Amino acid sequence: MRNPFVAGPDGRVTPAQAVASYLIVCAAVIGFFWLSLAMAGIALDFGFVARFRQRIADGLLLTLGISAASLVASLAIGVPVAVGQGSRVLPVRYLCDLYVKLIRGTPLLAQIYLFFYIVGTAWGVENRLVAGVIILSVFSGAYIAEIVRGSLSSLDAGQLEAARAVGFTRAQVLRYVVVPQLVSRTLPALTGQFASIVKDSSLLSVIAVIELTQTMQEISASTFNLFGTYFVLAGLYLVLTLPIMFVSRWFERRLSYAH
Amino acid sequence: MRIELEGVGHAFGGEPVLAGVDFDDDVSTLAIIGPSGGGKSTLLRIVGGLMAPTEGTVRVGGAEIPREEAALARYRATLGFVFQDGGLFHHLTARENIALPLRAVHGLSEGAARERADGLLARFGLEGEGDKYPAQLSGGQRQRVAIARAVAPRPRMLLLDEPTSALDPEYTTEVLDLLRDLKDEGTRFIAVTHEMGFARHACDKVAFLSGGRMAECGPSAEVFAHPRTPELRRFLGKLLEWSV
Repeated sequence: MRNPFVAGPDGRVTPAQAVASYLIVCAAVIGFFWLSLAMAGIALDFGFVARFRQRIADGLLLTLGISAASLVASLAIGVPVAVGQGSRVLPVRYLCDLYVKLIRGTPLLAQIYLFFYIVGTAWGVENRLVAGVIILSVFSGAYIAEIVRGSLSSLDAGQLEAARAVGFTRAQVLRYVVVPQLVSRTLPALTGQFASIVKDSSLLSVIAVIELTQTMQEISASTFNLFGTYFVLAGLYLVLTLPIMFVSRWFERRLSYAH
Repeated sequence: MRIELEGVGHAFGGEPVLAGVDFDDDVSTLAIIGPSGGGKSTLLRIVGGLMAPTEGTVRVGGAEIPREEAALARYRATLGFVFQDGGLFHHLTARENIALPLRAVHGLSEGAARERADGLLARFGLEGEGDKYPAQLSGGQRQRVAIARAVAPRPRMLLLDEPTSALDPEYTTEVLDLLRDLKDEGTRFIAVTHEMGFARHACDKVAFLSGGRMAECGPSAEVFAHPRTPELRRFLGKLLEWSV
């Protein structure tokens, strides 16, 4: 019988192998935290969850809503910026380039403060929720622009020539060749980006948007149960991000026609 | 089909790759041969409407190649292209590669396009491969699918750009056999090729391009038996050096 903890020479892993090893890894991680808690002398108390379940649910929903709205808006920013980075009009190209560099090169926390208190105040964006979605979209848009630019530049010139050669019009080249190939190349990464947005939205708590993190901080402040609330907080984010990562991997396998 | 080239020239970024090419002949099967970088592929793309020449005029079948994009797309649709690497769409199955242009460009119904695609796949020895993606096919199979896609709409003429250059020798033969069969059925084609046996025996005429100029042109049997220019003699001599 082959070693249950080693993948086959062809890289194959049986379901039983996967389950066994995953359980052991999970047990080890849980054991490590459990041991750490015991050594630090901390007793976790999750009694607050039942008491505050309505507020927690509201926070969770708001986090999801902010993330979904930001995903849509950041796509609307990221795709044109990716195209703009290849523009022949130089100011447009450099503007897109500068935007991506500034956003990717600075911490989100700084962007939130600067945008909300300076730009937001100056231009009358007073609603914290709207401001939060705008900031998160502008932030994530830069990363999406990079993802899209990467797959745009990986489009093969031979494919475009073949598309023209079979007699496709310009619109048909886009519809039948460019868009499907771009989608299959960007969808896995875009889904992964959505998981990032969900996590990054937690920073909006600093401008008092009552999303999941802010909710938990408030609960923690009123119950003095710091460790319990942060454990639940981390767990709830995982509930949101793990399925998204799973979908991302699924897209990756599903759409990898080229291999 | 009559092909007329008048003073055709082309330059990439100021570098001329074709200069003053004149040609006027009725083409059924034509091989374009010559050393690499001699402008063969460029000439084929110009005739196929994929590239506009920087100089000169091109008339195919009595009509000048249109310049406006929509008319160009219609012009290209009357021809069948096969590229060195096949140019199959990576994201479509073999069957869809053939059927999609039939539906989208030539207006066939879903069922008719599928039937035509499956018929051609079967005829080219690709039965049961229709659901595979290009990456899952061998080089020779990919090239046969590409030829099937090119002949599917019954084009006026095939344009083949080094259809066997990227293939292993055993696949080269299967592709060349297929092209000879098509020729015997009356399919017209222009082929850029390095396969001199194919150019000599399967193509009625041959054009020798060297240094961006058409150095020699005529019936294959004649040109190969009695090359007139020193360039062609040198070119053929080099190829013979290692032949069995």
